Amino acid sequence: MNIAVAVDDEIRHGARPSASEAGPATKRVVVGYGFWVFLLSDIIMFAALFAAYAVLAHATAGGPSGMQLFSQRSVAIETGCLLASSYTCGLMSLAIGSRRYAVTYFTGLITFVLGACFLALEVREFADMIAIGAGPQRSAFLSAFFTLVGCHGLHVTAGLVWLAVMMAQVAIKGLSETVERRLLCFSLFWHALDIVWVWLFTVVYLMGVLS
Amino acid sequence: MTDTHYDRAPGDASALPDVEQGTSSGLLVYTIGLVLAVVLTAMSFWVANTSLLWVGGVSLGLTVLAIAQMGIHLVFFLHVTTGPDNTNNVMALAFGVLIVALVVVGSLLIMADLNDNMMPAAELMNLQMQH
Repeated sequence: MNIAVAVDDEIRHGARPSASEAGPATKRVVVGYGFWVFLLSDIIMFAALFAAYAVLAHATAGGPSGMQLFSQRSVAIETGCLLASSYTCGLMSLAIGSRRYAVTYFTGLITFVLGACFLALEVREFADMIAIGAGPQRSAFLSAFFTLVGCHGLHVTAGLVWLAVMMAQVAIKGLSETVERRLLCFSLFWHALDIVWVWLFTVVYLMGVLS
Repeated sequence: MTDTHYDRAPGDASALPDVEQGTSSGLLVYTIGLVLAVVLTAMSFWVANTSLLWVGGVSLGLTVLAIAQMGIHLVFFLHVTTGPDNTNNVMALAFGVLIVALVVVGSLLIMADLNDNMMPAAELMNLQMQH
């Protein structure tokens, strides 16, 4: 039985044509790859902002430093929200693959709510900082901080709008091939944002509290 | 069979239509990813707050943990593998990582070097006094 399965597997893999023989790639592969390249360019933009932040992290100009401003508790909650929303986004991809509409809507909704919680916490953090006079105009460190973290926040906002639009498209158009491709791009975008956040909380919040 | 393609879209778990990849195995992959990511995040927060570790090594430890977590996200959430159907995605990713490393490490090196070569204000004053 096992041998039969192994042989069957071998034949199946042996019979598959190589990339050049298989002809042009499917639209899903082309679209996904194009979006992948866009995401990488987006991450390179984030790298420039990270570099600027790392250079300016100690340029506080006599103003408050990261150690005085950052609350680890709220950062931990934000991280939890974003990580959980990445997970539910993955579950949404699975539900789309098996064409379960109810599960798609439900996981989409949870992803949206968790993303919105993250954003609400971040906006509150920014508002608190500006209220005590630690706004972006206070020092080079704070300018770099607001640019970097704010840019990630803007990406999350765009992702939330995109998710809402996609849910409306699923409701109106159903899970057509086009809608499915767009949802693939959305999940790539959402997971990439989580990777950016991993570096953000490490470099900005945890390392900022160290020194 | 002739219409099976060798490439896989980034983020797709499997491009093989003839291999039934059940939802349960997909769920397992995402759940493993979530558990590992949570463990690594908790470790990062612990490392940053503990006094048990040598202070000089903490930043390095945090960087290693972040790289590990990035790998977890790439493998379990974005389904990047070493398989031949994923070569294009991995090559693009490798190029992206190269550019990111050049931008970040290059900026930090150049700015640290500039800071080192910049004469401190006090020293500058002394030099002027000497003449």
